[in-house]
Amino acid sequence: MSISTVPVRLAHPRFGETGRRDAWWIQPLVVFLGLSTFLVYATWAAFQGDHYLYGPYVSPFYSPEVFGPSAHSWFGPKPAVWPAWLPFSPALIILPIPAFFRLTCYYYRGAYYKAFWADPPSCTVGEPRSSYWGENSFPLILQNIHRYMLFISTGVLLILLFDVWKAVWFADPTTGAVSFGVGIGTLVLALNTVLLSGYLFGCHSMRHIAGGCVDQLSRAPLGLRAYSCVTCLNRRHMVWAWTSLFTVGFSDLYVRLCSMGVWSDLRIF
Amino acid sequence: MAAERATFRIWRGDAQGGTFQDYPTKVSEGMVVLDAVHQIQAEQANDLAVRWNCKAGKCGSCSAEVNGNPRLMCMTRLNQLDLSVPVTVGPMHAFPLIRDLVTDVSWNFEAKKRIKRFKPRPPDAPDGTWRIAQGDVERVQEFRKCIECFLCQDVCHVLRDHQMFDAFIGPRHLVYAAALEMHPLDTENRIPDLKRAHGVGYCNITKCCTKVCPESITITDNAIIPLKERVIDQLYDPVAMLFRKLRTRD
Ligand code: SF4
Ligand code: SF4
Ligand code: FES
Repeated sequence: MSISTVPVRLAHPRFGETGRRDAWWIQPLVVFLGLSTFLVYATWAAFQGDHYLYGPYVSPFYSPEVFGPSAHSWFGPKPAVWPAWLPFSPALIILPIPAFFRLTCYYYRGAYYKAFWADPPSCTVGEPRSSYWGENSFPLILQNIHRYMLFISTGVLLILLFDVWKAVWFADPTTGAVSFGVGIGTLVLALNTVLLSGYLFGCHSMRHIAGGCVDQLSRAPLGLRAYSCVTCLNRRHMVWAWTSLFTVGFSDLYVRLCSMGVWSDLRIF
Repeated sequence: MAAERATFRIWRGDAQGGTFQDYPTKVSEGMVVLDAVHQIQAEQANDLAVRWNCKAGKCGSCSAEVNGNPRLMCMTRLNQLDLSVPVTVGPMHAFPLIRDLVTDVSWNFEAKKRIKRFKPRPPDAPDGTWRIAQGDVERVQEFRKCIECFLCQDVCHVLRDHQMFDAFIGPRHLVYAAALEMHPLDTENRIPDLKRAHGVGYCNITKCCTKVCPESITITDNAIIPLKERVIDQLYDPVAMLFRKLRTRD
């Protein structure tokens, strides 16, 4: 015998409508706040054009310095073609590479479609729009360039690796003599590079190139072992994505605050 | 859990309409949602329609939505649920409702027929058999665990919210296509179909399918994304396309 009845429509759900009882909105909210915070900080830091060097350290937002005012610059100062209305900063040249890599990353795509576009807001939660194109047509079909971003980003990662090497050679301020050493900044840059490598080498496109593209894994282009390694990293791709996002922002902050004299770098040996 | 009472708020109705109705019943240790539904059917609502078969999470019949989450009723233990409030049990939303908890999932069987069959290479041995290394076939074995419960189809917003049944075959069938496409013996090319007829591009990798799969198939990362990458190889990436062309010419 039924005790009471609760009328419920079993039709197309309205925005936010769901039968779920858990706090489904927490995850998209955390993603929204995390990515927004990073976006705001990175944009601000990229436009500063200053305080990106300290001792042997260089901020990953500003490396490589293709054009720029410092002695590290590859091709000298600001190029003549730079539009007058746009403030110049060396970061504006290099930062779009990792930015587009992350923007087109399979993990971030799924995460920001939910958190920023509510498509869907969360599983089994009603959406705000009824029209839908997915990644089947313009503009999101452009996400398919992810593998190209991977190739270019691998080059940038190698440069960041070289930056870690440079971060162990400290110049004596009085004599100018260079000696081997490790500071907190060295560790910050090294940790950042390790996490970035874990993120980049666990990329879904990397997995495809390593072996996903063939039916017989024993004929994987980069060998079965490489495919297994990439697959292993890929399982935790989300974790690599977030931890490396945090450390790349923190590395910039560390170098910046040291350069501004707010923090002082501790030399371990 | 000693014997206690819990209320189940079960959907009663058909395509014309219906309501959720409350059924208080006795529950005891080890019970699953399907047990409670059967008990209610036996004691209070003899006409309650529910589909089930194996009670062991292997036939894929008892798919429903428990507290709004797509689940197998036979694999949802009551001690995973908060019994201090009514437990809602409703039918899958994505498919046409027949009655109460039973939906018409036949679209899935029609959609599956549209995927090109397995086409093995000629046998390796004169006795008509093949030789495959375990390492080569391992990857597709995960996909063969599928029990066709269609919970992933139910949760996928492309089908559930946008009703794109004509343009998108859904995660279950992408898993099926991946099992064929990545099979070391298969010689068929399903990539153009995957892009056009099967609409793999509509998946926006939000991974709801992976979360609900009772067989823990990593649908999005292991089946859909690798298929998207293969579609890029053959139909979007100019460098890969050129590379293929040169290789086939050799
Ligand atoms: S990952 Fe793709 S197939 Fe799976 S539920 Fe999301 S949109 Fe649907
Ligand atoms: S892939 Fe998983 S969720 Fe989808 S039908 Fe198969 S077993 Fe069910
Ligand atoms: S009754 Fe077979 S899967 Fe639940």
